[in-house]
Amino acid sequence: MFVGAIFFPLLGAFICGFFGRWLGDRVAQWTTVLCMVLAAVCGVSAFMQVAMGGHPETVLLLRWMDVGGLQVNWSLRYDTLSVVMVAMVTFISTLIHLYSVGYMSHDHTIPRFFAYLSLFTFMMLMLVTADNLAQLFFGWEGVGLASYLLIGYWYEKESANKAAMKAFVVNRVGDLFFMLGVALTFLTFGSIEFPVIFAAVAQHTGDTYLGINAIELIGVLLFLGACGKSAQLGLHTWLPDAMEGPTPVSALIHAATMVTAGVFLMARMSPIMEYAPTALMIVTVVGASTALFAATIGCVQNDIKRIIAYSTCSQLGYMFFAIGVGAYQVAVFHLFTHAFFKALLFLGAGSVIHAMSDEQDIRKMGGIWTKIPVTYLVMWIGNLALAGVPLFAGYYSKDAILEAAFAAHSGVGTYAFACGIIAAFLTAFYSWRLLFLTFHGKPRADHHTMEHVHESPAVMLVPLLLLSVGAVLTGYVFAPYFIGEMEHDFWHGAIFNGAHNHIMHAMHEVPEWVALAPTVVGVAGIALAFVFYMLAPGLPRALGNGLRPIYLFLLNKWYFDELYDFLFVRPAMALARVFWKVGDAKLIDGMPNGAAALAADVGRGAVRLQTGRVANYAFVMLIGVVIFVSLFLYSLFKGA
Amino acid sequence: MNPGFPLLSLLTFLPLVGAAIILSVRGEEKVVAQNARWTALWTSLIVFLLSLALWFGFDKSSADFQFTEEVDWLPDFGIGYHMGVDGLSVLFVLLSTALTPLCILASWESIGTRVREYMISFLVLETMMVGMFCALDLVLFYVFFEGVLIPMFLIIGVWGGPRRVYAAMKFFLYTLAGSVLMLLAILWLWYNAGTTDIPELFAYEVPRAVQTWLFFAFLASFAVKVPMWPVHTWLPDAHVEAPTAGSVILAGVLLKMGAYGFLRFSLPLLPFASAEYAPLIFTLSVVAVIYTSLVALAQQDMKKLIAYSSVAHMGIVTLGIFTFTPQGLSGAIFTMLAHGVVSGALFLCVGVVYDRVHSREIARYGGVAKVMPGYAVLFMLFTMASVGLPGTANFVGEFLVIIAAWKVNPWVAAGGASGMILGACYMLYLYRRVIFGKLEKPDLKVLLDLSPREYVVFAPLVVLTIWMGIYPSSFLSFFEASVAALLARHEAALNVAKLAGM
Repeated sequence: MFVGAIFFPLLGAFICGFFGRWLGDRVAQWTTVLCMVLAAVCGVSAFMQVAMGGHPETVLLLRWMDVGGLQVNWSLRYDTLSVVMVAMVTFISTLIHLYSVGYMSHDHTIPRFFAYLSLFTFMMLMLVTADNLAQLFFGWEGVGLASYLLIGYWYEKESANKAAMKAFVVNRVGDLFFMLGVALTFLTFGSIEFPVIFAAVAQHTGDTYLGINAIELIGVLLFLGACGKSAQLGLHTWLPDAMEGPTPVSALIHAATMVTAGVFLMARMSPIMEYAPTALMIVTVVGASTALFAATIGCVQNDIKRIIAYSTCSQLGYMFFAIGVGAYQVAVFHLFTHAFFKALLFLGAGSVIHAMSDEQDIRKMGGIWTKIPVTYLVMWIGNLALAGVPLFAGYYSKDAILEAAFAAHSGVGTYAFACGIIAAFLTAFYSWRLLFLTFHGKPRADHHTMEHVHESPAVMLVPLLLLSVGAVLTGYVFAPYFIGEMEHDFWHGAIFNGAHNHIMHAMHEVPEWVALAPTVVGVAGIALAFVFYMLAPGLPRALGNGLRPIYLFLLNKWYFDELYDFLFVRPAMALARVFWKVGDAKLIDGMPNGAAALAADVGRGAVRLQTGRVANYAFVMLIGVVIFVSLFLYSLFKGA
Repeated sequence: MNPGFPLLSLLTFLPLVGAAIILSVRGEEKVVAQNARWTALWTSLIVFLLSLALWFGFDKSSADFQFTEEVDWLPDFGIGYHMGVDGLSVLFVLLSTALTPLCILASWESIGTRVREYMISFLVLETMMVGMFCALDLVLFYVFFEGVLIPMFLIIGVWGGPRRVYAAMKFFLYTLAGSVLMLLAILWLWYNAGTTDIPELFAYEVPRAVQTWLFFAFLASFAVKVPMWPVHTWLPDAHVEAPTAGSVILAGVLLKMGAYGFLRFSLPLLPFASAEYAPLIFTLSVVAVIYTSLVALAQQDMKKLIAYSSVAHMGIVTLGIFTFTPQGLSGAIFTMLAHGVVSGALFLCVGVVYDRVHSREIARYGGVAKVMPGYAVLFMLFTMASVGLPGTANFVGEFLVIIAAWKVNPWVAAGGASGMILGACYMLYLYRRVIFGKLEKPDLKVLLDLSPREYVVFAPLVVLTIWMGIYPSSFLSFFEASVAALLARHEAALNVAKLAGM
């Protein structure tokens, strides 16, 4: 069961990828779906046994490396943290496989798509069940590869190729820090196996490296690695572009699973992070800033998928600042609920796009809510959950995060709380902006498209409905386990809270208004969107014209892409050319080639010396003899 | 295998027998060519099968030389014929014997002229390579080390591309110039130690003052072979002009000779100089990683790009060797092996499309995935391996080296690791321009996917790449004992000096 949950997807990917051409599209895709169902069954029963039953286990598969004291195994670590991820990933991935059967039905290379999707799932599962940093890195890079392949799935589109490469390279920047963090961990602890590290943290709190506390440095390096994968401020630029991939991919990878790997990493490393207060402060500030920053951009984007992408970026920010204030459990809870409603929103958006003949610009939609009622309904549910409206999933987790930030009573905690509240307002605003512009008002698409607007087939609607159930219920059902009174038994030590860290209790004892604030601002955001896009549709345009610089600043995503292009891409390319054309060709090759030319010249000169006159030769010979004799005598005297 | 059986000599000289057979065949040109191909293939396959005895018979727990053979050659001068392998060299022998049949198979159709001579060159090359890794006598080593140049020179110079003569000369002169200094060093050692037997030399203590000179003399030779920055420029030219199989051997085995030299001579014989000048090597290595990665980014020629990437990868190797840690040394050796497999495979990948389109220019391609899906998958695998994706061969080596480098100096580690980012940039940029994109050029639309013969060539490399990535222990265990012994000796030498100094 433990092994099955992880390896069924790999089996599916293997069969579908290598034998897809012989099996045919239908057999191949249903094979992967079947494998995913089996994996999900295993995953959920593992969840029951490990998390609910309280029996963590580790399955050893194979020795990976063993070099001079560095021992690394392939193994599957099943504790509550990983099993939450396993159950969530297998479940959502199964639904998305199912959905893709409908969504990708017009594609030409269906087996390739499903093979990638299953491969991704396998890598993600390897990541979350890793028992050491190296295997985690294996999964980490593996999901990066799958993400790269899936973003660039339509490889004939130049923009898709560009986005895929950008995603991989930006992620690699984070990976560099991750790798250095792993190296420092090994140097500090002499091991990169989790059980060994976690047991030894307390003894190494005083270690310093380059004058910096080693634990702090590890924390910061790993966090920078997490920033790449989880698209935090600075390394977020790849995520919106990643929307070039097919929509089910955006739902699975760029909303529910892969991008949350950074949050998972931080929660996994909680025993280390707890001893790294400065690192946690950095995490808080970056997370809070990302939450706000991404929300501001989300308000002005026009591509339906990009809006949701920025929303994902913003929600990841929430998770990070929850980590930063020490509320790992809450962060993982938000990760869990977010997976459901964000996957739902993406798949809903996919259903809209499907209905609108591949149109993604919400300015060209509108007036379709009667035509696709089921999609309309699930989008409402998704947005309600995202905005944190009471009783929906997001309410439980997001409120808890804000309460935790408030309860931290620190400078950065308050900063995070403020950012979080503003971002919550913006979140509600852009969610309903999307909803109103997409479904309400007058139809803005052309006549031809409007004629073809149709509800998606059942194979797409069933996953949507199941995810809606998740988006409604997961908060209410699981809150007591993740963050409520049963928290301690549920986690079973999978997440470590330091002795000084009382955030899990303090967050329940905040003033009344703190608990109410997110709901209030959320409703206010919805109201504002209603005014802007239903009552007075001219208002946004007027505002956009009036505050043009701000509008452009947001529309162009704070000019991050341009900045990086200017700072990194161009100089690197210029440097590359200089090194090649000047460094290699002129300087390095210049010398030997010059020497060769010199030799040739000398040769030519030597030819001139051969005059053919005996007297000249005799003279040269004589000189030679004199020189040799004097050398000989010199050495003789020296010896004597 | 009974201890008296001269397995290594057999491995070394059997290819020459094959070459002699090919040489003796006369007749119509076509028949001769076909005959030469088959003879070369069979010879190299038999050699490979025999070399498997090393895989199974090698005692991994021992750091001693094994399968040794010793015959007096010039006893008056203390020079003998001494062969043997230890953990450092045994896998390189296997790498050489494994790559040769693949290369012969890869040249099956692409070489159409002077097939007989080509195959002879390859077999002679194999003799030289295997001999070099087995030699336990300095003079013998030198003979093989230099002997490699001759067949390689011919392979580039005769069967290469349009600028083959320039490239061949450059290759020859560069490597020869370096080797002259090494010859001086060898002479010095012979003159002062009275022997050229390598195990005996290990016991000889080179005076500290001389170590520096010898170190630089060896460095001159090995740095060119590795190649280290800034003496790397012969490599791109040689690669570009060499036929595919030539590139494979060049990248797969020849580049390893320099790093092997460091491991075999510089570290054990010259511990002080090695320790003293490690920072210099670090600098050169980090510069190599960053500089050549950037240069690779600007390339418009596929082979040149991969050639530059080789220089960057070898930077990781030299970095690892001079960390003097078990992780660093093991990582370096593993990277050498992995690079031998992966970059060899990448050159074969280039060869596949070159055989079809006769161009190495990246801009000539685009959208190849559409017509050659099998090829696209293989190319992707090796691209990812080159990038160092975990689960493939290169990752293990790079990972170990970076961990080791961090111990020595975090900036060195960061510099070396920056190759991760740059490597991803240039390899994916290459892949994107060749494989992805719209299939627009008319002559590309009719390309055929890999032939069964090509699949056969790639299959072992695929298996090795993944095997080495998932279960590297089966390779790491070969050199663990030797690395440990080497380091113990190195540290002992340094400590003795410290005590003496007090």
